[in-house]
Amino acid sequence: MALLEVKNLSVEFQTNDGVVHAVRDLSYTLEKGKTLAIVGESGSGKTQGAFAIMGLLPKNGRAAGSVMFDGKEILNLPLKQINQYRAERIGIIFQDPMTSLNPYLRISRQMTEVLEHHKGMSHSAALAESVRFLDAVRIPDAKNRVHMYPHEFSGGMRQRVMIAMSLLCGPELLIADEPTTALDVTVQAEIIDLLVDLQEDFGASIILITHDLGIVAGTCEDTLVMFDGRVMEYRKTEELFANPEHPYTQGLLAAVPRLDKKVERLSTVSYDFMSQRGEA
Amino acid sequence: MSENEPILKVRNLSVHFNIPTGGIFGGHAVLKAVKDVSFDLHAGETLGIVGESGCGKSTLSRAIIRLIHATGGESMWMGKDILKMSPKELIALRKDIQMIFQDPLASLNPRMTAAQIIGEPLQIHYPEVSKAERTARVAEMMAKVGLTPEMINKYPHEFSGGQCQRIGIARALITRPKLIVCDEAVSALDVSVQAQVINLLMDLQKEFGVSLLFIAHDIAVVRHIAQRIMVLYFGEVVEIGESEQVVMDPQHDYTKKLIASVPVPDPKEEMRRREVRRKLRREAAAAA
Repeated sequence: MALLEVKNLSVEFQTNDGVVHAVRDLSYTLEKGKTLAIVGESGSGKTQGAFAIMGLLPKNGRAAGSVMFDGKEILNLPLKQINQYRAERIGIIFQDPMTSLNPYLRISRQMTEVLEHHKGMSHSAALAESVRFLDAVRIPDAKNRVHMYPHEFSGGMRQRVMIAMSLLCGPELLIADEPTTALDVTVQAEIIDLLVDLQEDFGASIILITHDLGIVAGTCEDTLVMFDGRVMEYRKTEELFANPEHPYTQGLLAAVPRLDKKVERLSTVSYDFMSQRGEA
Repeated sequence: MSENEPILKVRNLSVHFNIPTGGIFGGHAVLKAVKDVSFDLHAGETLGIVGESGCGKSTLSRAIIRLIHATGGESMWMGKDILKMSPKELIALRKDIQMIFQDPLASLNPRMTAAQIIGEPLQIHYPEVSKAERTARVAEMMAKVGLTPEMINKYPHEFSGGQCQRIGIARALITRPKLIVCDEAVSALDVSVQAQVINLLMDLQKEFGVSLLFIAHDIAVVRHIAQRIMVLYFGEVVEIGESEQVVMDPQHDYTKKLIASVPVPDPKEEMRRREVRRKLRREAAAAA
């Protein structure tokens, strides 16, 4: 049985200008220990589609369809029930680690409270466990650094803290929403390599949400390309890169300047497929 | 000045910032953001400046054209030191050197229409140009950057990010400058839009023969647009050379790490690069 099965998920927002369809008819399955990349540009619905799973939509958002996690329907569960999944079974890493960590609390407090709340650990046991996870994400001198505040860490180190926090309860699924977009390229590579290594150690399934086809290439088994709230292409990553079928995927791949190939002129994405579908 | 003289010669430029340490006697520490940077830029050439955040690339570009104060060195523009120019000369210089910024929406005045934004430099630097002439030139420039005439009276918030950046480019080009400083001009854009804006910049450069100082953190983008690349690391130039040479045969450790870190949309190549990165990291750990 697949760990996560999303069927016909749609997300709508009620706005003053009427209903906005952020996600339409999104379906995919994720097996245990596998990684799925959801790729799209801004406004493609890639983040909202993942947030809906966790019940993280804003108040004016509505999700419909079905999300089966480990054989149980979790879409639109009441807060009390979805809270049992959050952190314990589904972890999330947000894009901007500075705004998702509490600036007033030491890292130690922010990590131990997760373990005390979800696992009922004692404070000292929770602290030891937190240090162990900071070690796992390769933060040097974790034993002392655990008592520092978020602003005392660099951007890359903060993102490592976020990853450590998301792994604390041993989740079966990790949702990483643009985890490296705010970081320098060299730091990005370290974080992505770290995620790959951690997956081997911890065995969690990962949904990697990104706009960058490059970081998907060496990381994920399956790739799903979204545009305008719809799935454009959903295949094995290797096949998708070797032989992209959808014109949008082809366009995206050709529009990225690459270090391993020199072109005279970048090609741009053609949106002709929209009109062929009878929509503008 | 001969034909082959560079239009911009930067020599030993440094920028230091005083950081107050909080003592009652006004004690301060000195942060050396740019250290002893020298390079040449020729007419019609594009020089790319890459480096990680905080390495001083924006500070450097701003100090060169005196948007911030340089601590020492020279920035020779066609034989004259920008750092020693009088206010009057500086204003005249702005005709020749323009800038394009990273955040396309934040760098446009929200209360001005597209036409006003694009026409403003013309109004300031060439007050003798009549209003009708100005309108005509604005319309011509808008067409060149791919904006349609009916957008002329729209405000910045009505445009997408890519369109805002086109407005920024049109505004920079309208005085027919000889140099444009592009500070992360395409970094905030989606991949598909980024490709369009890069193509536009390269086309316009061919047409107008303008030189570009192209600052970006993405070395793949820089390699595509620039003939030469300069790598900055902690305020110092660690490598400068022909783009192909820097990318294919990096010399400095930081450049090697940077190039191994750029993701490539090819699964096999990416696996190989991950191994290269692991090796570099092991070497760095062993050296430490």
